[in-house]
Amino acid sequence: MNLMHILKRFFVLAAFVPALAVASDHAVLDQAPIKLNDVASIQNGARVFVNYCLNCHAASHMRYNRLMDLGLTEQQIKDNLMFTTEKIGDHMKVAMNGKEAAKWFGAQPPDLSVIARSRGADWLYTYLRTFYRDDTRTTGWNNLAFPNVGMPHALAELQGEQVLEEEKKPEGEAAHGAHEAPKKLVIAIPGSMTAAQYDATVADLVNYLVFMGEPARGKRVQIGILTLLFLAVLFVFAYALKKEYWKDVH
Amino acid sequence: MSKTAALVQWIDERFPLTSMWKQHLSEYYAPKNFNFWYYFGSLALMVLVIQILSGIFLTMHYKPDAALAFGSVEYIMRDVPWGWLVRYIHSTGASMFFIVVYLHMFRGLLYGSYRKPRELIWIFGMLIYLCLMAEAFFGYLLPWGQMSYWGAQVIVNLFAAVPFVGEDLSVWIRGDYVVSDATLNRFFAFHVIAIPLVLIGLVAAHILALHEVGSNNPDGVEIKKKKDPKTGIPLDGIPFHPYYTVKDIVGVVVFLMVFTIVVFFLPEVGGYFLEYNNFIPADPMKTPPHIAPVWYFTPYYAMLRAVPAMFGSQFPGVIVMGAAVVIFFMLPWLDRGKAKSIRYRGPLFKGWLWTFVVTFVILGWLGVNPTDFLGKVGSSDLEMATLLARIFTTIYFLFFLLMPWYTAIDREQPEPERVTG
Amino acid sequence: MTQESATDGKKRRFLIAATSVVGAVGAGFVATPFVVSMTPSARARAAGAPVELDLGKLEPGMMITVEWRGQPVWVIRRTKAMLDLLPKAAEKAADPESNQPLQPDYAKNATRSIKPEYMVVVGICTHLGCSPSEKLKIGPDSGLGDDWPGGFFCPCHGSKFDLAGRVFKGMPAPVNLRVPPHTYTSETRLLIGDDKKGA
Repeated sequence: MNLMHILKRFFVLAAFVPALAVASDHAVLDQAPIKLNDVASIQNGARVFVNYCLNCHAASHMRYNRLMDLGLTEQQIKDNLMFTTEKIGDHMKVAMNGKEAAKWFGAQPPDLSVIARSRGADWLYTYLRTFYRDDTRTTGWNNLAFPNVGMPHALAELQGEQVLEEEKKPEGEAAHGAHEAPKKLVIAIPGSMTAAQYDATVADLVNYLVFMGEPARGKRVQIGILTLLFLAVLFVFAYALKKEYWKDVH
Repeated sequence: MSKTAALVQWIDERFPLTSMWKQHLSEYYAPKNFNFWYYFGSLALMVLVIQILSGIFLTMHYKPDAALAFGSVEYIMRDVPWGWLVRYIHSTGASMFFIVVYLHMFRGLLYGSYRKPRELIWIFGMLIYLCLMAEAFFGYLLPWGQMSYWGAQVIVNLFAAVPFVGEDLSVWIRGDYVVSDATLNRFFAFHVIAIPLVLIGLVAAHILALHEVGSNNPDGVEIKKKKDPKTGIPLDGIPFHPYYTVKDIVGVVVFLMVFTIVVFFLPEVGGYFLEYNNFIPADPMKTPPHIAPVWYFTPYYAMLRAVPAMFGSQFPGVIVMGAAVVIFFMLPWLDRGKAKSIRYRGPLFKGWLWTFVVTFVILGWLGVNPTDFLGKVGSSDLEMATLLARIFTTIYFLFFLLMPWYTAIDREQPEPERVTG
Repeated sequence: MTQESATDGKKRRFLIAATSVVGAVGAGFVATPFVVSMTPSARARAAGAPVELDLGKLEPGMMITVEWRGQPVWVIRRTKAMLDLLPKAAEKAADPESNQPLQPDYAKNATRSIKPEYMVVVGICTHLGCSPSEKLKIGPDSGLGDDWPGGFFCPCHGSKFDLAGRVFKGMPAPVNLRVPPHTYTSETRLLIGDDKKGA
């Protein structure tokens, strides 16, 4: 590595781009096309989440009634999204026994409450779209963003089954994808959705995961703007006061 | 006599209210030429208040229990009304405290504020800095995320490097063979009561010592040397209140704007104020691939990693890291220059000071990254980042160790008699 | 420094006042979230959510206790005999008409209930917060005298209440027991803690 490279990296840091990037083996992540204010998208994501994720993964810090922040009514939540409990104030728990799950998948499925905060939206978006068939794995599945992942492709009925189009042996190689020739995933068995529909669905799901990671986010940004406006007013008076007094000082 | 005046008099006969007000505010004469760098003292005091207040409210909801800690933080973020705001204020305040304190310390270097007669102010200040590091370290374990856990594990293991007693010492600190519930509980006690008490005492001592000798200023001139013969008031002094109170209010408002932007719009600051991996609950069985302390510790962390193990012991690295902090205490006696302020210093000091600042920033940058992130040096086995860390660690120490020499022979300009405005 | 040179006192007073007022408003804004953070959290509210129960199995003359917001709530199915004694008990009650606002409007009646048969009341003594014990039996069987109309007796300071939760005259407890908001979602299904839904 030469000096120019070092300097370049240094300025990247200076520009405050996260150097402590999210731990990832898949160097190039696709940017998640999510809009955090798109309530319809988050609602759809919530539906996908409770139908496909909540069977194995809990979101044990998230209460169902928090979904009312998205404009849903208690009745809508109860009718469409609550399958495991009757109480609207309950957490999104999962019926599956964690120890059992650890036996099946090699690891306990992690709690997803704050997964978007540790992994980042882009990683999740890439991860959920890069499952492919790999017969060397016990689950029959592998993933580009998460090599040798323990989880099978939960959304396969929607996306279909992808394979990695490549002559080289797939095992282990996928881990170092960044600097080699790009590998291409192609649909071998189509699912119930087109590629574009599937990407949109995953984007909605990721949007929901981001919302769930920090439900107060929307309020936070609103209050922040008001606070800044208030401080601007205070600044005007405080500055005028300082100017007035400092006339004395020569 | 008005009722207020009567009440004040009643109090004054029992408590030195008016005399304290005069001594520390309305008749404390500060140099009239304070510049931008002089905001950070009052800002540091304000951040301390912010941290104590937000901390008290977090304590009402937080649970110092290894099984509950991570969940209780999420409980604060979700279930407690406005809990997210209280938590973000506290997490942002922690980093802001270090930003403000580093700038405040840099001001001291810039204008020689550590020099005679202000050695004790400097020493109290350095003790505050040490306390702050301890406070930050203890507090960082409390969210009980992966970075909390493994950060504490690594730092406590530094003590294990102490010859002979190290192993027992680190077990004693943790109260267990690994970082565990016992560790969390005692760190909580240190974080919420022990260190804050010491901190408040030191801040009081720092300010009392300052008000005893008077403030330095960007010219490094002692304003007490030139007093009005009639009133005895320094000719270049103005009463702290109202002049610096109104000025500091402006500084506070601007600072709060920056604080607000962070709290409300980017509380994580790209993983620097809140690390991403700390949103994963602590798992004693699995270390995250890259462990780095929070940004304010990384210069020292880089030095720690730069020193190779010697005689089969990590201890030299620990010594170097400790010495890097402790050497700051010596500053008043290492500096042999005549002029205090950078304005009248010679080119040698100026050059060294800026080199030091760049060195500190680069070490910080090396510390946030893994050691292999710049590759190897040529075809050797030595990692580029390690080599750089060694070079800059050496420069860091040379700044201090050569100071008696280069400040003594520097071509300084004469200091003025009065402040230059 | 020349302090005496034409300082505009009026302007200064205005600016001090203006900055102080805006600053005080700001302090109020800052204090609000901290104060509000001490109110019941979503967890406390979820735990204090309305409780629904089925009264089908509750025999006449029996009582069940359910927990609502961490407090005992008694549901008593009053017998005909119990109901007949209520007017007599009212003579001894301190507030027989239930004039104190300790019950929702729909329970401000002779039986302090929606359905005369069912009494729903918070089992916390209005004196100092003990939970009174049940003395449902009428007359000498209760151990509280021949003319005991059935009711509750607080072991802490001896307050007595009738089967409508009305406190007797001259007792330490100043007012009647509290009737929580409640509603019937069907003939025998009772919802405690909420009276807006269903009904």
